[in-house]
Amino acid sequence: MSADAATHDDHTPSMWDWRRWVFSTNHKDIGTMYLLFAIFAGIIGGGLSGLMRWELAEPGLQVFNNGFWGNEHNYNVATTMHGLIMIFFMVMPAMIGGFGNWFVPLMIGAPDMAFPRMNNISFWLLPFAFILAVMSMFVPGAGGDMGFGGGWVLYPPLSTSGHNGPAMDLLILSLHIAGVSSILGSINFITTIFNMRAPGMTIHKMPLFVWSVLVTVFLLLLSLPVLAGALTMLLTDRNFGTAFFAPEGGGDPVMYQHLFWFFGHPEVYILILPGFGIISHIVSTFSRKPIFGYLGMAYAMVAIGFIGFIVWAHHMYTVGMPVDLKAYFVAATMVIAVPTGIKIFSWIATMWGGSIEFRTPMMWAIGFIFLFTVGGVTGVVLANAGVDQALHDTYYVVAHFHYVLSLGAVFAIFAGWYYWFEKIFGVKYNSLFARLQFLFFFVGANIIFFPQHFLGLQGMPRRYVDYADGHAFWNMVSSWGYVVMLIGMAFFFLVLIDAIIRRRKADANPWGEGATTLEWTLSSPPPFHQFSELPKIK
Amino acid sequence: MAGHAAKHDYHLVDPSPWPFVGSLGAFLLAVGAVGNMKGLVGADHPLAFMYGDGSFGGLILGFAVVIYTMIGWWGDVIKESRQGDHTPVVDLHLRYGMIMFIASEVMFFVAWFWAFFEYAIFHEVRLDPGLAQWPPAGVETFNPWHIPLMNTLILLLSGTTVTWAHHALQHGDRKGAKLGLIFTVILGVCFTSLQVVEYMEAHFAFSMADGGNLYGSTFFMATGFHGAHVVIGTIFLAVCLVRLLAGQFTPEKHFGLEAAAWYWHFVDVVWLFLFAFVYVIFG
Repeated sequence: MSADAATHDDHTPSMWDWRRWVFSTNHKDIGTMYLLFAIFAGIIGGGLSGLMRWELAEPGLQVFNNGFWGNEHNYNVATTMHGLIMIFFMVMPAMIGGFGNWFVPLMIGAPDMAFPRMNNISFWLLPFAFILAVMSMFVPGAGGDMGFGGGWVLYPPLSTSGHNGPAMDLLILSLHIAGVSSILGSINFITTIFNMRAPGMTIHKMPLFVWSVLVTVFLLLLSLPVLAGALTMLLTDRNFGTAFFAPEGGGDPVMYQHLFWFFGHPEVYILILPGFGIISHIVSTFSRKPIFGYLGMAYAMVAIGFIGFIVWAHHMYTVGMPVDLKAYFVAATMVIAVPTGIKIFSWIATMWGGSIEFRTPMMWAIGFIFLFTVGGVTGVVLANAGVDQALHDTYYVVAHFHYVLSLGAVFAIFAGWYYWFEKIFGVKYNSLFARLQFLFFFVGANIIFFPQHFLGLQGMPRRYVDYADGHAFWNMVSSWGYVVMLIGMAFFFLVLIDAIIRRRKADANPWGEGATTLEWTLSSPPPFHQFSELPKIK
Repeated sequence: MAGHAAKHDYHLVDPSPWPFVGSLGAFLLAVGAVGNMKGLVGADHPLAFMYGDGSFGGLILGFAVVIYTMIGWWGDVIKESRQGDHTPVVDLHLRYGMIMFIASEVMFFVAWFWAFFEYAIFHEVRLDPGLAQWPPAGVETFNPWHIPLMNTLILLLSGTTVTWAHHALQHGDRKGAKLGLIFTVILGVCFTSLQVVEYMEAHFAFSMADGGNLYGSTFFMATGFHGAHVVIGTIFLAVCLVRLLAGQFTPEKHFGLEAAAWYWHFVDVVWLFLFAFVYVIFG
């Protein structure tokens, strides 16, 4: 192996050659660009949430008072852009673009993606879409106010007649371009996974991360075009006088919600499914056992993906649906708890009787399992249409989806980051700093989001710049949690700085015999082009 | 790249400028579109001809970069195909890619049919009595058995001529292949022309500014997006015709033509759904 790697390393272009990155057709370089872009976008999106927590630290107006940045409208711009940036420009690029690009070809024993050049346009469309989104914050949105403040769901009439300036048009086209990027990426992953598995790797021998990406990209391929249609309707309603969402012309704003959530619900599984795959590998590696119930795990993800397409209206219980329709969506939504339970219990069963090592990625993975379970349980609460009638658009919902995303998806991303860091960059990292990051993140994120359950049950609404004095205490606690998480973020950058300065050469397999997938058979970092001779799977 | 040691048939593509240039083109197109629709700079700004309200400069620039990318990128694909990079497994990749692309296109049309059905089936819940009837007050729908039926027959016939071209090519009958493709392109142009005639004769408006309502919105957007796909498919087939005349297709290897034919059949099927539901059942 090492001799083979050495001959290939001679052909690796210099890191400082800009063409290596801008013109890249290499899945590992493109994956690295995705990861760095996700970090950059995450800083912007996380900074916006900092402004929000600062604003909400106590009643009254602290930040959005025409002092530091804008007025109350800009608070809503911050919530909107925080959501869109974190979803489209942080979690998706990190999980599918970053880890997916890096490890799907490595795990299936392929030399690259099926369409290496298309892979690069999937990446490069994203920074340009991001520029459009950031531009939209600084051009007129509603009247004289800058930016779009109608929430990441872009509901009309706020997104049509409510914001007549160019901000919303820029945002629509930004999401169109990000959508094209994801659709092209999905086509690439599906083709790669179906056609480029190494000889002997049948579909039922594929690593679970590959399964998770396969399900994810099918969801993207089938749901994103519907969003594209809905966004186009917004665009023509705004600019060309169509009546899709205008009741005075026979249109229906609720129809937008249906179209949006037909995309939006699969989207939330898109955000978490690759995380399921990452966690499966980490739990298996550090329990030194094969994953419990491999096929059940794989098909649980398929089931989650399928059911994810037929539950969308549970996001819209308050629009005045017939009771029978609500009953259907309640039942279908609760069914998702079954395959999700299969996954949680199979992770626990994998650890059961295993030789468990609490290395850095394992701590993140166990943190994920705990926090995702909390978010899953509140999800079952919210699935009830009757309960949701009271909790809809309160901080209970905010707490719920941040437990599954900010603490679920993001913890899975960091678990994957510390699991594969040495493989990607070829240098070791300081695991003390990484564990401290975990500690501060785990404590901080819980302090931020657990009190938001109480705030929601007290009736505090989402997307509002101020609140009644009665909500002051838990909001203060929540804002201090942000400070704790900020310290964790500092340790994240310390890990990076430490790794860059010390450059300790990484081993091919730092995790020992528990790490069984193909990427650990290669050097760290892997050769510029791996598997010139395809591996044979027994 | 790495061809010296590769013992597999996959195609490791050389570094390429097109993805970056194409992304830049998409960005310029988006900014140009917003400039045109809303105006990103004032009327007296030096860049008003590019990004002022109603200007076309930015749109044209973005469009030009995108078209330039398409020509350059797909020209490279053709070059690679002709130098033998498209091995059987790579050929299979292209087939999967095209199928997945068409699948995503199908889902795009789902959104437009969704909007149409929402109104056609649930129109009675509208508050305005004129809008609560079907067709809405003031809307005179097309007789499906005039131009729409004609267009249906044109598209079905074009589906047979493209199959004729494909089979002729497979059997080495190059003259038949050329004739079949020429007929298909002509029929595509006929369809688009008749659609234009139909639009000009419409007794309902697209925009609410002209007294239109959701009927006009869904009708024109659904059939309009279909029409745009017909135009794209016609161009795709015309490019294949040029490539056929240039001798780039062999009886064994002609995936470009097959992809164009798949796309054409997809456009055909979308039309059959439009004809059945928009024109006949809810006409």
